[in-house]
Amino acid sequence: MSTATVNTAPRASAGAVRRMRALGRAELTLLMRNKSAMFVTLFLPAMMTFAMRESAGSLDLSGTGLSPGTVLVPGAIGYVLLFAVYGNLLGVYVTRREETVLKRLRTGETRDAEILAGASLPAVLLGTAQCIVLLTGGAVLLHLSAPERPELVVAGVLLGTVMMVAAAAASSVFTRTSESAQITAFPLMMISLIGSGVVLPLDVMPDRIADVCSWLPLSPVMRLVRDGWTGELSGLESLKMLGLALLWTALAVFAVSRWFRWEPRR
Amino acid sequence: MDAIDVEGLKRRYAQGFEAVRGVSFSVREGELFALLGTNGAGKTSTVELLEGLARPSAGRVRVLGFDPYAERAALRPRTGVMLQEGGVPSELTVTETVRMWAGCTTEARPVPEVLAQVGLSGRRADVRVKQLSGGERRRLDLALALIGRPEVLFLDEPTTGMDPEGRRATWELVRELRAGGTTVLLTTHYLEEAEELADRLAIMHDGRIASVGTPEQVAATRPSSIRFLLPEGVAPAQLPLSVPAAVQGRRVEIRTERLQHSLTELLLWAREMKVDLQGLHARTASLEEAFLEIARESPDDEGPDSSTGTDGSDAWEPKEATHV
Repeated sequence: MSTATVNTAPRASAGAVRRMRALGRAELTLLMRNKSAMFVTLFLPAMMTFAMRESAGSLDLSGTGLSPGTVLVPGAIGYVLLFAVYGNLLGVYVTRREETVLKRLRTGETRDAEILAGASLPAVLLGTAQCIVLLTGGAVLLHLSAPERPELVVAGVLLGTVMMVAAAAASSVFTRTSESAQITAFPLMMISLIGSGVVLPLDVMPDRIADVCSWLPLSPVMRLVRDGWTGELSGLESLKMLGLALLWTALAVFAVSRWFRWEPRR
Repeated sequence: MDAIDVEGLKRRYAQGFEAVRGVSFSVREGELFALLGTNGAGKTSTVELLEGLARPSAGRVRVLGFDPYAERAALRPRTGVMLQEGGVPSELTVTETVRMWAGCTTEARPVPEVLAQVGLSGRRADVRVKQLSGGERRRLDLALALIGRPEVLFLDEPTTGMDPEGRRATWELVRELRAGGTTVLLTTHYLEEAEELADRLAIMHDGRIASVGTPEQVAATRPSSIRFLLPEGVAPAQLPLSVPAAVQGRRVEIRTERLQHSLTELLLWAREMKVDLQGLHARTASLEEAFLEIARESPDDEGPDSSTGTDGSDAWEPKEATHV
């Protein structure tokens, strides 16, 4: 038995890659045919960033170690994660479930996790690509110096992406139709935009509110990106942020494994 | 070995409704087995357990010797499934859909070959799924089920929404697959389909199997019937005693498990009485009669004689009948 497992293991993982690539390719085709999803995925994050440049410029940032650029550019990452990854994927999971595509896929060889991961590939890849473009483009345009701790910025982007994929799958549990996805996506988007330091950094909030807000799901991600860029994060603090981001991701994954619905309610 | 083996299967939904209430049957390798029943009889709920989409609340399922739920990875490359509806994104084209499934299947057949098999090649291959007719969608779904050369094929109402021509073509295809050694489990509410295709069938009613066997065996579980018009001047009470008859006006219907015996008795009586039995008609039960009679049975299991027919159109109505 054990030798058989060893022998088939590499083949099984090659199969997993092939299956997820096939699903990802189909999802990319579907995304390109959905105009509103394309807009949200490709243009909304950049537009939000652009729209916020005035308010970022008028902030009193004395004593925070931040500049309008280090407020704005990491904020762009937040918009990408929330709109291009989270909002987009919530619609994808709900629509595929309601079309009974997920149920149909489960009758085939693709495993449950591969179905969810494969369907997320276009959003994840386009989101990551946008993060790179917005980070480098924004840094050049706003004359930012290079990030002090690039590894923390990268970790923040990657953890944030995984967290948003899991959060989208978890949110589909209480989303009945693709129309209602626009409403059910609202809570996480709003608390993150306001409370997690996407629009305004927590540094400019009153201390007590900032303390509470620092525990929100996207807060550690934003801290890793922003303070990793400025180098304001101590070793212990950065570990704490990584741990908190992992904890929220694990919670979302647990919720998915426990409550995810693979087929429409009858 | 049996390709499919089901024992004491039960399925209770979260809301407490028990859709499958103790189902047992087996399907031999290479056999075409049909689950026949009205809507709500529990066919799809049963098949989903065989497909491994859900875990049964009680009982045991084996497909090719595997538990389809727990041993999913080992079994899936060897089975093909066509769900009752949907399952394909509406904005993909036919070819894109099949290509996606091919990518998810071990040793998938070439996409054009599979499309040709279900008659969707040529111009239809580049049409979006949302623009397909209901019948074409079913054929696309069938193509997905066939892409991995399955040893066991589950078809849940495969011809629903098809025009007669599409239905014939699908039957032909299913027969070819069976001739090639594929084991097929099919659900349908079309009697004709079950009769045309099935080696053996089970009639499901109210979550249970009411009857199982070859179409002939299932039909034979129901009594044969003899019908004639009561001759002028003969009272129903004069009919031969050993043959229970239902009389409605002048129409007499005798239902009997032993057709030859009852018929002999009736004919001997007629000769003795020197009467002509007009409209005399004797035949064994058809699958349709067996099916309709099972479907008519009340869901509370009061036994086969508790006919609940409300209109007396063609139904045998014991309450109006005179038993002699």
